[in-house]
Amino acid sequence: MQELTLGTMIAVFEEMFGRWLFWGLVAAAVVITGLYLMVLIRDRRVSWRKFLVAQLSMPVGAVAAVLFLQQITHSHLRDMGGPVDWLVLIGVAGLGGVGLAIMVYTLQSLLRRPGRDAGRDAVPEVRAVGAVPVVLEGS
Amino acid sequence: MKASVQTTRRGLFGLAGAAAAVAAMGPGSTRAQAVSTRAKIVIIGAGAAGTGLANKLVRRLDGAEITIIDPRPEHLYQPGLSLVATGLKPASYVVSQTADWLPRGVTLIAEAAAAIDPLAKTVATTGGQTVAYDFLVLAPGLVLDHQAIEGFSRDLIGTNGIGALYGGPEDAAKTWEAVRAYTETGGVALMSRPTTEMKCAGAPLKHAFLVEDIASRTVGAGNFEIHYTAPQGALFGVPIVAEKVRMLFGQRGIATHMQHTLKSIEPGTKRAVFAKTGTDAATGQPVTSDVEMQYDYLHVIPPQRAPDFIRQSDLSWADKWTDQGWVEVDSKTLRHLRYPDIFAIGDVAGVPKGKTAASVKWQIPVVEDHLVAAIGGQEGTAVYDGYTSCPLITRVGQAMLIEFDYNNNLVPSFPGVIAPLEELWISWLMKTLALKPTYNAMLRGDA
Repeated sequence: MQELTLGTMIAVFEEMFGRWLFWGLVAAAVVITGLYLMVLIRDRRVSWRKFLVAQLSMPVGAVAAVLFLQQITHSHLRDMGGPVDWLVLIGVAGLGGVGLAIMVYTLQSLLRRPGRDAGRDAVPEVRAVGAVPVVLEGS
Repeated sequence: MKASVQTTRRGLFGLAGAAAAVAAMGPGSTRAQAVSTRAKIVIIGAGAAGTGLANKLVRRLDGAEITIIDPRPEHLYQPGLSLVATGLKPASYVVSQTADWLPRGVTLIAEAAAAIDPLAKTVATTGGQTVAYDFLVLAPGLVLDHQAIEGFSRDLIGTNGIGALYGGPEDAAKTWEAVRAYTETGGVALMSRPTTEMKCAGAPLKHAFLVEDIASRTVGAGNFEIHYTAPQGALFGVPIVAEKVRMLFGQRGIATHMQHTLKSIEPGTKRAVFAKTGTDAATGQPVTSDVEMQYDYLHVIPPQRAPDFIRQSDLSWADKWTDQGWVEVDSKTLRHLRYPDIFAIGDVAGVPKGKTAASVKWQIPVVEDHLVAAIGGQEGTAVYDGYTSCPLITRVGQAMLIEFDYNNNLVPSFPGVIAPLEELWISWLMKTLALKPTYNAMLRGDA
């Protein structure tokens, strides 16, 4: 790399995915994150039942992200050559896991009205602001 | 000029915190103010260098008359040919349309250049046109001298165990047919490279590594042997890399035959003849002898030279590469040493290193700087240091991200993160995922 500007990075990502897909993915990530924050603020608490389901989906997202990358690049776990490779692998798995968890939690919250499962939650109330770091710890 | 958030290659990870600024940035945020001019600029060649430069120039110049001369409607992403030749990508992976990359306001003449008159400052085309220029950029690439290998012709590729991936997507796809057959049956594979300068000097090594890797997973160890032949005395031009490759070849059981130049082949009997050069022990004089080798798979890389119209137009070095005809340019500015209104960029430039797309990416801003400065009656300041990059694939799934300059120094883009002499998955990911988008962004003048 000669100089790495944000403009260069955007240009490369636009070429990698195609302009519309790239900005579509960015928009999708922003919308899902926005909806996630919206349901947290709307419900004023974390639903531990939904959070549990979201957490259970994390390994699926992590493995799916790694398998997808390996599939499109003809590669395999045996190709890990050094520490940086494991960091990349963990990063990809982490993104897949957290991404799917946020999506699953958000979908549950949008599909089920708050209160329907409140009685089954072990912890009845956690303020939304304090709940966000809890989700991140789970990742 | 707009303010921009910019960092050096060493500051990659510092960018993470600036992600919020992404939305406010566009690819062209570092553009300089356009220079008004009526200059006639002719670019010969619409490959990586010609197209990338044209897209840069239309942003820097207002009113310039830019003409590109290239007869081929297809644009080829040549760094992908190694992947096509080993079945990792289809032939279509490397093909796009030239016209789709060219900016508006540039005239494309779909003919080949036939002659250049550097005194009259004109270019003649094969269609009979004569195009006058104020500044000329030579970016026609190079030609493969297939006829120099006796007994070889392109229609043999894919048959009789013969591969030759350099000729284009069809040749690379046919090469994969020969490689696939070889990796299913085994036997002896011979890898060659020419005496001349060549584009992507790492490609012969990549091909040897990939064929070995695929064969070890298909026909299996013990059923095949690979011999790497080369006219040179070292496996790679950069000594520290040559040593690393020597060690890897040793680990993988790839035999080496240095000072061996492929002379001729007999496809029917699958025999290849090499000229072996050495030193007579008694007299100390250089001696050459013929060595015949049997093969089940042979990869041919023919000698590579500048196109004839370059060599016939008094533009080549007179005392260097005399059998190849590369353009006589200053190695730092890429400006012709006798005709200052002519530049050469890409494969045809007569510089010690740099026949890769990565080199072109570094050369484009240098030629852009000196050309725009010259139009304004000034001297440019940008310097090309010989940077080139070779994602040296060692297996399906691993590569070494080797970057170096004229002085054979390693110049890693990600020091401390991506080690240049380690076989890494991340380097493979960069080769297979990031390289083509980066190349395409370069073509558009965005990277």
